[in-house]
Amino acid sequence: MHNFCSVGKRVPKIDAVEKATGRAQYIQDLKLPGMLYGKILYSKFPHARIVSIDTSKAKQLPGVRCVLTAEDIPDIKMGVYKDNRPLKKGKVCSYRDEVAAVAAVDPETADEALNGVEVIYEPLPAIFDPEQAMKEGATLIHEEHKTNVLRMPWKLHYGDVDAAKKEAAHIVEDRFTTTWVTHCCMGASGSIAEFDPANNLKIYSNTQIPSLAQKDFLDALTAMGLKGNRVRVIKPVIGGGFGSKLDTYAYEYIAILLAYHTRRPVKVEFDRTEEFIATSTRQPTITYISQGCDQNGKLLFRDINMILDNGAYTSWGATTPSVMMMPITSLYRVPNVRYEAKCVYTNNTYAQAMRGYGNPQATFAIESTMDMLAEKAGIDPIEFRRINANKPGDVSTQGLRITTCGLEECMDAVKEKLEWEKPKGESEGVGLASLIHVGGGARVYKSDGCGTIIKMNDFGKIDLFTGATDMGQGSDTVIAQIVAEELGLQIEDIHVIHTDTDICPWDVGSHASRTTFVAGNAALGAAKKIKARLLELGAKQLEAPLEKIALRDRHIQHQDDSEKRIEIGKLLRKAHFSHGGQMLMAEYFYDPANENMGKDFRGNMSMTYTFGTHGVKVKVDEETGKVKILNYVAAHDVGKAINPMLLEGQVYGGVMMGLGYALTEQVILEKGENMNPNFRDYKILTAKDVVPIEAPVLETYDKDGPFGAKGIGEPGCVPTAPAIANAIYDAVGVRIKDLPITPERVLAAIREKKGLDLCGQELGRDDVDECIIEE
Amino acid sequence: MSREIAFVFNGNKMNMAIEDHWTLLHLIREELGYTGTKEGCGSGECGACTVIVDGNAVNSCLYLAAEIDGKELMTIEGLASPDGTLHPIQKAFVENGGIQCGFCSPGMIISAKALLDENPNANEEEIKEAIAGNLCRCTGYVQIVDSIKSVSGHEAQEPHVVAFRSEEGDRGD
Repeated sequence: MHNFCSVGKRVPKIDAVEKATGRAQYIQDLKLPGMLYGKILYSKFPHARIVSIDTSKAKQLPGVRCVLTAEDIPDIKMGVYKDNRPLKKGKVCSYRDEVAAVAAVDPETADEALNGVEVIYEPLPAIFDPEQAMKEGATLIHEEHKTNVLRMPWKLHYGDVDAAKKEAAHIVEDRFTTTWVTHCCMGASGSIAEFDPANNLKIYSNTQIPSLAQKDFLDALTAMGLKGNRVRVIKPVIGGGFGSKLDTYAYEYIAILLAYHTRRPVKVEFDRTEEFIATSTRQPTITYISQGCDQNGKLLFRDINMILDNGAYTSWGATTPSVMMMPITSLYRVPNVRYEAKCVYTNNTYAQAMRGYGNPQATFAIESTMDMLAEKAGIDPIEFRRINANKPGDVSTQGLRITTCGLEECMDAVKEKLEWEKPKGESEGVGLASLIHVGGGARVYKSDGCGTIIKMNDFGKIDLFTGATDMGQGSDTVIAQIVAEELGLQIEDIHVIHTDTDICPWDVGSHASRTTFVAGNAALGAAKKIKARLLELGAKQLEAPLEKIALRDRHIQHQDDSEKRIEIGKLLRKAHFSHGGQMLMAEYFYDPANENMGKDFRGNMSMTYTFGTHGVKVKVDEETGKVKILNYVAAHDVGKAINPMLLEGQVYGGVMMGLGYALTEQVILEKGENMNPNFRDYKILTAKDVVPIEAPVLETYDKDGPFGAKGIGEPGCVPTAPAIANAIYDAVGVRIKDLPITPERVLAAIREKKGLDLCGQELGRDDVDECIIEE
Repeated sequence: MSREIAFVFNGNKMNMAIEDHWTLLHLIREELGYTGTKEGCGSGECGACTVIVDGNAVNSCLYLAAEIDGKELMTIEGLASPDGTLHPIQKAFVENGGIQCGFCSPGMIISAKALLDENPNANEEEIKEAIAGNLCRCTGYVQIVDSIKSVSGHEAQEPHVVAFRSEEGDRGD
């Protein structure tokens, strides 16, 4: 074993003291001199023509500096499919559509001005069910698109699924649905835009994609006639991301437009209601799945057809099938796979990336049916999965190259810790589900790279500029650990700066659990350059051969003679303050050797893959349908835990988010309108809901990861829902196929199984008085 | 309507004119300029704005500023010693991974302070009860509860990392 000084240690987050003392500055805490407050008017209908907008009353209000509608702004196209605009022209297609925006001297005046904007709508027929919206003659959300089905060809077929179906000894087939859930970042969205006299833009914004956001805003400036001007994106401390900040949003463009028109800094900051209503959700899905195996339990095929409710506009939610393809083709060995997904416009809210990026939805269907198939084949669920487990060296049908893989060990850990074979009490059951996720970057964009610049000062301290975004997960700390380890420095010697596109290099964004792997490798690459030069300087100074000296404990020292050493700071000063002086700086851009998907969606998307298995023991109350988690085990193959404490934090946080996804969370849309835009009615779990959880970590030392590490940001919430659904089936014999698994759904299934109606009475009896079902 | 009030703010006596409709959160953030206390929802559902008034944790977004008259107010800024030494609860959150994005942390730490001031030996259930009104989306609460337990006279559990594979690649030299 290597004797690491920083890597592998439970190092506190380097920003934790700032946060513990209330000093950390979030977008909510920033105020610029002369700053105005922007507010947005949203649609009153899910689908309607805008007949007219009268802003005259709002404009006359004292303190109002600007009122904008689509008529006042250039054609700025937003989103993945460029089907969205900051302010809507002609018609609205969902309740979250932005219709007008104001800037005023204070938030109260801005609110009052919104009330003064008079919009006359002509309601249109609206459509909220994607399967209805796909039908011929359905109301079109975007007439110019000619159809509600997006032209995104998510379709693959490897091997021959139809032939495999004929050979299969056992087949299961079913339908699963997942609904809207939302990120619930504790720090809501917001940005402040400001133009200098030459019309260069500075924007403070919560974003996980500073470099891509900069590009989006540059495009907006071009549309505004400001081509060639500069954009500087500054990230304040971010109050949670989870994928919500992977796109640029109307509110950011609105801040930019208001700032441009008023020549003042303008802040647009969401309140909690707005955060629920006007930010994007996880992608909801309808999944038709069949899987089949042979007599011995070997999987023969997986066949999946999926419908995605795209909502009214297109953000990254519509591209989640690209990641769903990974578990669909490559979670377990499956020789024949077919998958097709259609994204369908409706008048609902539109979806975005959210932790797991489609993987939780796909894994819910896959791992639920894996259990169903195991039962049909008469094989224990763990053994069934073991028969089909991925192994190091595998290349899946999609071309994913499995390098390190601790899947079986994860299953073993779950089996042992959950006491899988121990007899269970009444209404108790165990279930498990596994996951595969990208662990070595994900090439979804043209580059999957990240840049790092290291600058050393005269005292042996480092300023490190990274493209990576720390939104709370702790990437700054992990980067500092990697660099400290490589250079024999202490964590506190490394100052990580990630907040400003003027000084930080390019990065594709904090997504796909890629930051430890990609930004970590980028930092390591820069550190290695610095190290080479330090060793060179040290060898000269100590008059020792290069191979005999090492960096340790802030010193360069001779490996055989501990007396022969020099402090790194001193060495640097000697190098700096001499004729022909030099200072140490290095840059490194790391772009992993992963592949974009080809035409048939084949390609090794990630340099390595993270595996894991979650197991859960539940007790189901058969009278109420309530599911109690008795024990939860989340085992992951992480390559190498650079910081076990932060890693556990990712797993615990992921699992609790996954438990909410499985059991309690749901954005309730009633004809497109959000009925629960608050924490009272949208139920994220609280401290009282914490379940007993263990997080065994398996280290497989991936050869491509920094010090062997793979990504772990998302996996924690991927297999939670199917593990619970499988445990519920084990406990009471009912299979829940729709998320969230509410007590109502469990109770209805239990009663149906017992041949009772929803009120718990025998079918055919009609004691209306005793049965009141609330609609 | 405005009125004069007097109160103790993080140990310092204050006299100031306030408007009747101000919330305590508005007073702290907008008038006093102390931004450590966060607004997460504005309706008493998330606890990010928790402060201590006369020993009790309250949601400052639901508390009228006028009510603070004659009382003692503590915000997150008043917790560490003037020389910067962290309060043991702050230190525990830092060292046990109780903080990720940090937006809930001031309110969470303040709730823990109010609990431990009243019940220095709070057990796990009491801790969970005390912070049940403080929502956190990042941590899953596990390390937050561990943090508070570590200063409540009950030791935090052993680290949960248990199984390690023995072999190792040739990286990381």
